[in-house]
Amino acid sequence: METVQSSSSSSAPVSGIEKAPTGILGFDEITGGGLPAGRPTLVCGGPGCGKTLFAMQFLVAGATRFGEPGVFMSFEEPSDDLAKNVASLGFDLDDLTARGLISMDTVVIERSEIEESGEYDLEGLFLRLDFAIQSVGAKRVVLDTIESLFSSFSNEAILRAELRRLFRFLKERGVAVVITGERGEGQLTRQGLEEYVSDCVILLDHRVNEQVSTRRLRIVKYRGSSHGTNEYPFIIDRRGLEVLPVTGLHLSHPASTERVSSGIPRLDAMLGGQGFYRGTSVLVSGTAGTGKSSIAAHFVDATCRRGERVLYFAMEESPGQILRNMKSIGLDLQQWVDRGLLQLHASRPTLYGLEMHLVTLFRRVQEFTPSVVIVDPLSNLATVGSTTEVMVTLLRLVDFLKSRGVTAMFNSLTASGDEENETHLGVSSLMDAWISLRNLESNGERNRGLYVLKSRGMSHSNQIREFLLTDQGVDLVDVYLGSEGILTGSARLSQEARERSAAAARQEELETLQRRLDRRKGAVEAQILALRAEIEAEEEEVGKRVRQALMQEQELLADRAAQAAARQADSGTLDAGPAERQQ
Amino acid sequence: METEAKKWNLRLYVAGQTPKSVMALANLKRICDEHMHGKYSVEVIDLMENPQLARRDQIVAIPTLVRELPSPLKRIIGDLSNTERVLVGLDVVSRG
Repeated sequence: METVQSSSSSSAPVSGIEKAPTGILGFDEITGGGLPAGRPTLVCGGPGCGKTLFAMQFLVAGATRFGEPGVFMSFEEPSDDLAKNVASLGFDLDDLTARGLISMDTVVIERSEIEESGEYDLEGLFLRLDFAIQSVGAKRVVLDTIESLFSSFSNEAILRAELRRLFRFLKERGVAVVITGERGEGQLTRQGLEEYVSDCVILLDHRVNEQVSTRRLRIVKYRGSSHGTNEYPFIIDRRGLEVLPVTGLHLSHPASTERVSSGIPRLDAMLGGQGFYRGTSVLVSGTAGTGKSSIAAHFVDATCRRGERVLYFAMEESPGQILRNMKSIGLDLQQWVDRGLLQLHASRPTLYGLEMHLVTLFRRVQEFTPSVVIVDPLSNLATVGSTTEVMVTLLRLVDFLKSRGVTAMFNSLTASGDEENETHLGVSSLMDAWISLRNLESNGERNRGLYVLKSRGMSHSNQIREFLLTDQGVDLVDVYLGSEGILTGSARLSQEARERSAAAARQEELETLQRRLDRRKGAVEAQILALRAEIEAEEEEVGKRVRQALMQEQELLADRAAQAAARQADSGTLDAGPAERQQ
Repeated sequence: METEAKKWNLRLYVAGQTPKSVMALANLKRICDEHMHGKYSVEVIDLMENPQLARRDQIVAIPTLVRELPSPLKRIIGDLSNTERVLVGLDVVSRG
């Protein structure tokens, strides 16, 4: 595995045998430099799997880029497709032939012309090949479906002996050979070519799964060299073959401490006050209509505003549609398109296989070098392949973007009713931050809620915010948190109104109480006054009677004294008698 | 024999003096003398000396005898040890 890793940075393999680079993107990485130099390689696969193109690319790359001229010997009917394919790769075979960089030879054997009589060998072929090799000084040779010989000659024993001799001969010439072979039943090739080629065997596969075709490449064998053993997806497009190695076998992304704003101040506040880390992957998940694209649009806007480039992959909407829709929430993304800061790339996921999407994305990123990539929505890719495939593709994608320090935002549509813990294609573990958008349904209305499910490496808010789409864009407001739980939308508004009126009512009640108290106090005081007046009246009465009694007493005494004086009575004894009787 | 008016234009491709080449040449001489006496011409081409001709004339097997005339073009490969097949291939005797 050492070779695989180290070779991605340099073309020289760490150890092992000398290699001939194929110039096929990705392939040289997984093989640690290319095909074995000076040795034969068998490239096999079914019809239309791209083996001829593989061989041709190897040859053309040798001739044009690595100073290794080559010989292309075809055993099949000369096809225009091949020349066209090569022309579409930007190479003119005729021109290369004229410049002595490539020698083309088509071996045509008309079975009907041939009569066999006695012993023969294929020395003619050897001489042809040898002559071609010497005429251009070839270091590379392609034998395109040498198996065709088996249908041309009836003596299989001779053929097999000659094939064995051919590979010995080619090894002696020190040329790297690519032999193509048609995939056979139960074995790699129909005629068992693999038994002659023991150095390197590559299997190409083209399968169609649910109407989506995928191409795979596997290195079955590579003697003397370490190599990746996985099945690698590859694509064929206008630039030829391209293999997608699983990058990021080692996690060595540089981790930036720089933060980038999400474009929504309240969201930044929830993310430790500063937004995302640069170069991380952000997942925005939610059910339909929760505002995922709007969040993305804000991020786009904020990034472009800083003068950085954004690449937007739309899997659902056309660029025009996105621009129009975002305008409705007050975001003019068209200006960034006009200024070359925003590129929108729309394609239906089902249009191509996953690999094609991945390659398109890779290329766009390489060409445009954006600082932010948006994929909206990621979940649509899931319709293309199996979960594992999608998972692997995303892994590659995330690794690729991280290795380039690109901040990525992936929108993921979750089916209604799914819990937030639903795995989202199993990608959540790849994501550094996860913003979950939820529909909060109550009282016959639907409102949007947002919360930060995770955000690696920063303290983040655990609060649910209500998420509003206004003419001025996204706004986050606090949800109502009260005894009645989380309330949003009109429920929140009415709850707030209820609270206001309740407060008013309480105030009124207090005032009433106060007034009642005051009244009572007044009444009591009045009572006190009345009582006091009563007491005073009584006091007065009593005083009056006391005074009267005293006066009567005095009068009585005066009377008695007068009587006593009149009767000359002894004052001591007579004094008390009449007074006691009187009372 | 209905071969009176026929004329054979033949080329024999060999690669050096290998036993098979030698054998083929000997066999060809014998057959021609026996069946096409005076009505044939044979050109022997040694691909060791002129390897570029292998490509031009689409030669793969060695030895190859090419019947230029009578047309159509026919190739008889091998050391020509099976006389019967050579005669069929040269259209000296018709099949069957």
